[in-house]
Formats: sequence, C-alpha cells, structure tokens
Amino acid sequence: MLQVQKPKLILDDGRRLDGRRPDELRPMKMEIGVLKNADGSSLVEVGNTKIIAAVYGPREMHPRHLALPNRATLRVRYHMTPFSTDERKSPVPSRREIELSKVIREALESSVLVEQFPRSSIDVFMEVIQADAGTRLASLMAASLAIIDAGIPVRDAIAAVAVGKADGVVVLDLNEPEDMWGEADMPVAMMPSLGQITLIQLNGHMTPEEFKQGLDLAYKGINTIYSMEKEVLKSKFAEMREEGS
Amino acid sequence: MSGENKIYLQDKSIVVPGDLIAEGNFQIPWSPYIIKQSNKYFASVVGILEIKEPVFEVIPLEGSHYYPRIGDTVIALVKDVEQYGWIVDIKAPYSAYLPAASLLGRPANVGEDLRRYIDVGDFVIAKLESFDRTSDPTLSVKGKGLGRVSTGTVIDVLPVKVPRIVGKGRSMMDTLSTETGCDLIVAQNGRVWANCPSIEKEKILITAIRTIEQESHTKGLTDRIKKLIKESLGDKSVTSSEAQTNT
Repeated sequence: MLQVQKPKLILDDGRRLDGRRPDELRPMKMEIGVLKNADGSSLVEVGNTKIIAAVYGPREMHPRHLALPNRATLRVRYHMTPFSTDERKSPVPSRREIELSKVIREALESSVLVEQFPRSSIDVFMEVIQADAGTRLASLMAASLAIIDAGIPVRDAIAAVAVGKADGVVVLDLNEPEDMWGEADMPVAMMPSLGQITLIQLNGHMTPEEFKQGLDLAYKGINTIYSMEKEVLKSKFAEMREEGS
Repeated sequence: MSGENKIYLQDKSIVVPGDLIAEGNFQIPWSPYIIKQSNKYFASVVGILEIKEPVFEVIPLEGSHYYPRIGDTVIALVKDVEQYGWIVDIKAPYSAYLPAASLLGRPANVGEDLRRYIDVGDFVIAKLESFDRTSDPTLSVKGKGLGRVSTGTVIDVLPVKVPRIVGKGRSMMDTLSTETGCDLIVAQNGRVWANCPSIEKEKILITAIRTIEQESHTKGLTDRIKKLIKESLGDKSVTSSEAQTNT
C-alpha cells in the first residue's frame, strides 16, 4: 500500500502500527535444507519479509583466472523477485541490489573460513520472495544459515536486526512504514558468540545517546534471534536422536 | 598463563557454529571444525562433539564436498580425456588428474587414443598421490584393486558420512557385506562401489546405506542396520515363496 502522507508511527498507547511494543521483534520463522539441489539452503521469514537462500560449493572457480591463490572467492547475489513488492520490480539487478550484494558479501566474508578452500568459489544466492522492510538482514541471516547447512566452516552464525527511530522513539526491528517514514534506520549484524559486529549501517539522524540505546536494543534482539538460529540448526538432528535412542 | 582447562559440553552432544566447547589450553591437533579465539574453543560446523580426555574433536554432520588428502582411496568419475591423461571428478573443490603413465606403466605415445583404455563417464578406483594448496590433486592407479570399474555399481554418499559407513574398526562395512553378500569398497570421497549377487540385495544395500546417512549421529546404528537388512531379506524370501505358492 502506498501512503502519500506520513502516518502516526507511535500510537497513543505507546504501541506501534502493527501493535508491537518499541522493543518487540516481529514474528520469525527459519528453516534449513529447503532445496534439494543446493549444497545448503534456508528459508527465513521476518514478519512479512520472506527470503530463500541457496549455497553451492566450495567448488571449482570458473573462469579460472579469477580464482584467488590463498582463499575461496565468495560470489553473492541478492535479488528481489518481480512479485516481491507492491509494484512490479524489474528483474534486472538494480543499483541497490548490486550494492546490497556487496554489503552482504563483505559481512559474510568475515564469518566464513575462506582460507580453508584456496582457489575455489562459494556461490551464495538469495531471492527475496516478499519484501517488507529488513530484507538485507533477513537475506544475510538466510545466507549464513545456508552456508552452515552446506557444512562450510564458519566463525559463528550471523544474527541481525535493525533498530531505528520512529516519531522520536527508538524502536527495534523496523516495519515498512517505520522504514519509510522514520527518522533513522540502523541495521546491525553480529557474530554473537564472538561479540563481533559484521555489518552496521546508519541512515538518518540519531543523537549519540540514541545510538547507544539503539545498539543495546539491537544486542538484545540479536541474542533472541541467535538462540532461535541455533535451535533450528540443532533441531534437525535432535529429533532423529530421540527416535533413535 | 594457561590456567584451568575446562570442557563445557558433554561427550556426544550436538554442536553448532559459535558453541563454546572449552576454555584453556588444550593440546589438540589442528582441525577445521574447531576455532580458537584467545583461550576459547568454538565449533565451526554442525557436528558431534567427541571427548577423549584430555582432548576433544568435532565430527561434522553436514558437508557434500570432499577435501583431498594424500593416500586416500577415491572413486573418480572421468570428465575429460586429454593428450596424456584424464581429468576426473572426485567431489572435491578441485578436479583431479590421472596421468596415463600410471595406468599404462609407460609414457603414452604421441597421438595415442586414451579413450581405448578409459572413456568419459567411467569410474576409476584410484589413490590420491599428491595434493597441496597450490596445485590440483594427482591420482594413481598403481596398486592392488585399483583401476577402471568394470563391474558392480557406484553409490554416491555424503563424504562426511564415510567414517560412519566404514564404522569403528570397519564394523559397519563388515556388517553390510556379510549380511547382504555384496563386495564393498568405500572410498574416502563419498562413493561406494558394490558388487552384489542379485538386484534385490543391491537394493537392500542401498536402503541400508541411505539409512546410515540419515541416522549417522544416533547410537546403536550397526545393530539396527543388521536388523533392517535381515528383515528386508526375510521379507524378500517370504514374498517370493508366497508368489511361488500362489502360482
């Protein structure tokens, strides 16, 4: 829905447009091994945002001359399907998609142990099936899960969430209207076990205090998401173990 | 400096990337599945933690690629025929080379058609002779039991499940071959060669291998596989005798 005028983002009872409190996450769903052909795959849903990711590799690099002698090359493609948005999106990769592919690749490179597979390539594909704010982070998480599903060693799983400012209130996990009309948008991605940030961007205005408050809020959200990710990765084998023993 | 060595998780527990396994200073061999950050040890893959005091290791549960190691027996699929050898696929991130001299015992003659010996699409049982990070692996077929596969079937499995298909002290492999009566060679790169007395037994063997792949992380698998094979063999004889009485 395209709204021409800015709606009230924080309602009178302090809740947001979708009924969440400022520090509440959207409902999430994650699944791994959803594609049979890929070495690793995953499906991540964050609210109405829905991403599917596939990983192939490590495999031989083609064309050969692009292979790096000391590590694997990550080739990352973030793409939005034409039907993912309200108005048809041209399937041609846009400027924005090319940039996001790069941003996601750099975030992934810090987590994947690329030095273990010199001269090879790891190909990561992400397809946005439905877009509703937060696609870059949902894609990043989907990619991270798919890479782990492919059995490629990583430093840690990546968990990510955006914080922002809507009507002067610092809010967690922005939705579409907040993304569009809010004063600030800050995606944060982390490797929580190591306490390292792999991606942080900030769009808009925030005071230093609001920034700190936002980051603390993001940490909290990320920890919740991270334990969910771990559960998803373990569940595949935990079920089997029960019936086996 | 090292302080106290502490392992936080239990033996045989399932780990995922980022799980803190231990803290301290352990004398463990280098493994791609364990990461050390200052004095903390983290898992880097989904796997099973095996603790053999005072050390531990992570056995991966996922992974569809084989990482070449010198001395391994592999089953290679021929992709291309070249002037003096074959380019083969060993399910690794790198394609391997099998020089013709290794098969012929003499250098290949100029203009000799190597397709006469091994052609595209053939399977070859070979040893991995050389490999390092800078160059692709080279294979050799010199040795007993190595060479072109002319009989039997090749079954594709996940390379990470190979240790389980072989079993502790070859226990699982022995079970599979004695129960089904098939000859087996389990190659490290995730391919199994089987020569079975009958199609039925081959089908049972494949079912058994698929079961091992799916339940590789459970306990008492060998016994269950034994039971599974016995039951399917029994079923087969029952149905065939029924079929006979019916006719």
